[in-house]
Amino acid sequence: MNKVKGLISKDLLGLRELPESDLNLILKTATSMKEIFMRPIRRVPPLLAKNIITLFYEPSTRTRTSFHMAAKMLSANTTNIAVSSSSVKKGETLIDTVKNLEAMGVDAIIIRHKMAGAARLVAENIKGSVINAGDGFNEHPTQALLDIFTMQEKKGEIEGKKVVIVGDILHSRVARSNIWGLKKLGAKVTVVGPPTLMPKDIEKLGVHVSYNIDKEIKDADFVNVLRIQLERQEGGLFPSLEEYHKLFGITSARLKKAKKDIIVMHPGPLNRGVEISSEVADGPYNVILDQVTNGVAVRMAILFLLLGGKFRR
Amino acid sequence: MDILIKAGRIIDPASNFDGVSDILIQDGKIVSIKPLLKPRSKVKVIRAKDFWVLPGLIDMHCHLRDPGDPEEETIASGSLSAAKGGFTSIACMANTVPPIDTPAMVKYVKEKAKAEAKVNVYPIGAVTKGLEGKSLTEMGRMIEEGAVAFSDDGRTILNSNVLRHALEYVRQFHLPIISHCEDTGLSSGGLMNEGYFSTIWGLKGIPALAEEIMVQRDIMLAREYKAPLHIAHVSTARSVRLIRAAKEEGLKITCETCPHYFSLTDEAVDKYNTNAKVSPPLRSQKDIKAILKGLKDGTIDVIATDHAPHRLEKKNVEFASASCGMVGFETALPLVITELITKKVLSRKEAVKKLTINPARILGLHKGSLREGADADITIVDPKAQYNIDVNQFVSKSKNSPFNGRPVSGRVAYTIVGGRIVFTNA
Repeated sequence: MNKVKGLISKDLLGLRELPESDLNLILKTATSMKEIFMRPIRRVPPLLAKNIITLFYEPSTRTRTSFHMAAKMLSANTTNIAVSSSSVKKGETLIDTVKNLEAMGVDAIIIRHKMAGAARLVAENIKGSVINAGDGFNEHPTQALLDIFTMQEKKGEIEGKKVVIVGDILHSRVARSNIWGLKKLGAKVTVVGPPTLMPKDIEKLGVHVSYNIDKEIKDADFVNVLRIQLERQEGGLFPSLEEYHKLFGITSARLKKAKKDIIVMHPGPLNRGVEISSEVADGPYNVILDQVTNGVAVRMAILFLLLGGKFRR
Repeated sequence: MDILIKAGRIIDPASNFDGVSDILIQDGKIVSIKPLLKPRSKVKVIRAKDFWVLPGLIDMHCHLRDPGDPEEETIASGSLSAAKGGFTSIACMANTVPPIDTPAMVKYVKEKAKAEAKVNVYPIGAVTKGLEGKSLTEMGRMIEEGAVAFSDDGRTILNSNVLRHALEYVRQFHLPIISHCEDTGLSSGGLMNEGYFSTIWGLKGIPALAEEIMVQRDIMLAREYKAPLHIAHVSTARSVRLIRAAKEEGLKITCETCPHYFSLTDEAVDKYNTNAKVSPPLRSQKDIKAILKGLKDGTIDVIATDHAPHRLEKKNVEFASASCGMVGFETALPLVITELITKKVLSRKEAVKKLTINPARILGLHKGSLREGADADITIVDPKAQYNIDVNQFVSKSKNSPFNGRPVSGRVAYTIVGGRIVFTNA
C-alpha cells in the first residue's frame, strides 16, 4: 500500500465539516480496502499495535461489529466498552470516561451516543482520534460514506443523480450525513416523509422536500429507506405503522413506477412491512447486504487514514 | 465619608436631564446637583470628566442561587458581580433550592443580603407554593418581609385558572406578576431555537411559538382581570408585536428583554457551545431586529440580565445535559453601550431609562433617579473604555458566558450604593 496523505482533521465527526477532498480520499481508499477484504487472507499490518476502543451508549450490532472487523483486518487491537457494565452507570461524566481511556493508551475512540455533539465533546477533550458512530440526530458519517460508496460502486459518478431519502428525516442522523455528503458530490437530493417528521428549514440544506413518495420515486436513481422507530409513533408524530406503510412504505407496487435500474438502500435494521416490504428488501433492486460489506471497507479506510496516514494539520 | 462627583456627564432620564454637573453626597443621600460645587476638606472627590454619571442601575431579573448552590453563587458574590457591572439594586428570582415561597424565605434573603450584600437586594417571591403552579403563596405576608414582585420564573404557570387567581389577587398590592412564557408542550425536549441551526446540528428545536402562545394567553388574562403583568425575557418577534398591541390597547403590561436576545442569534450554539444554551433560547436575526424595534419604540420597558450562574460541571457536558442560562451582570452595560447606544438604536437617555427608572417603577422602588434627596445609588461609567470581555476577570463565582472574547466599549468606573463606594475600577 502506498503512503497516503491522511485526513486534514484528527477526527471524523461528520460530513458537514469534512472537506470534499477528504471525502473523496476516503471513498478512493475504501476501494483498495475492499480489495483487501476480498482476499483469502484478510489481514494487513498498517495499524499494528494501535488501540481502538468502541464506546457505544446506544445499542448497535452492525456498526460496532463492522468497526471491529475493519480494525482487526488492519491489525489493530480493539476493545469494546459495554456501557451498562462501565462506570457510566456510576455517574461518571463522558469527559472523565474518555480521559481515562486515553490514559490507558488509546489511539482512537469510536463513539455512539444519544446526544448530538457528544463525539465533538470527546474530540475536544482527548488528543487521540475520534470517530463519530452516530450522535443523536446530528450525524452518522460512516453510514453515509458507505451509502455513497455503494452508490458509486453501483452507478459510478454521483453528480446529477437523484437520491430520494424517505422516512423520519427529523430524527435521522443518517439522513443528515447523507445530505451533507451527497450535496458535496453534486447529487440531487429529495427528502420524503410525513410533515411531522420533516425538520424546519431543511430545504436550506439544498434538498427538495416532498410528501409524495409515488411522485418522487419515478425518476429516482436511488431510494434510501430510513428505519422508522416505533417510539415516534408512540410520540404522536404519525398515527400508525400501518398508515405509514401505506403512505411511505417501499413496496413492489411502488417500484413498478420507478426506473428499471433503481437501487433500494436501507441502513438497517429493517422493519419489514413498515418502511420496506419483505419482497423489496429481498428483491432484485436491493443492495442492503452490499452496504454492510462496504461498511467494513469504508471503516477500514477511515481508520487507516486517521491512524496510519499523517495528519496534514 | 461624603463624596463629591466632579464634572461628570449626568444622564438622568427620570428628570429628563443630560448635562455636565457636580453631585454632592452626604449621609448616603444626594444633597446637591449643581455645577462647580466646591469641595470641602473632608470630602472624597471623584473626578468624572468624560465619564457618565447615571442613577445606579437596577436589574429586575437575576438568580443568586442562595439558598441552593454556594459554589455557583452566593448573595455576597452575586451582589459583588452586580456592583462590578454597575448595578446598585437587583431583584432575585424565587427559583432557588428551596424556593422563596414563604415569608420566612423572603426574610432569609433580606437578612442574608443585609449581612453580606454589596448592593440592594430585593427578593421576588414565588407565585405558587413550591413553584408547582398549583396553590398561591402568602403574597401579602411576603410583601411585609420585603418581596417586590411575584414570579415562578423558570417555569410557566400552565393552569390558566391558577394564573387568573394570582393576577386577581395581586391587584390589591399593586405589584406585578412576572411571567415566564413557555408552552412546555411545544418546548418539550427542546434544546435550542427551532430553525435552520437546530436542523443542521440535530438538536431538538423550541419553536418561537412556545413563547408567543403563552404571551398571548397571559395578555388575555391580564386584560380580563385588569392586573399588572410583566413579561420576562422576551425573545421573539411576535412576542414583541403582541405586547405592543396590548400596550396600545392600554393594558397594564410591561416587559423586559436581556442583552443576549439583542446581541446573539441561535448561530452562537455552533459546535454545541453550552454557554449559549439559555431559556428562552437564542433566536434568529429576524427576532433580534424586532427586539431592537421594540426597544426603540418603547414596547420593551426594561433590559434585565437574567444572570444565571452555573458551575463548570453543568456546562462542560453534552449539550443536551447542560443547564440553561448565562451570567449577565458584568456584561450587560457594555453590551447595551456597544449594541444599542453606539449603534444608535437607543439614545443614551433611552437606554439608561430601561436600566434604571423603568424597572424601579415596575417594582415600586423609590430608586432610579438622580435628584436631591434621593438615595445616593450612582453608577459612574467610562463609556470610551474598549476591551474584550474576559470571563476570567468576572467576580461572579460562575464564568458561563457566551460573550467571552467579544470586543465591547464601556466600563464601570465606580458603583456607589447609599453613598458608599462598593466597587471601583478607576
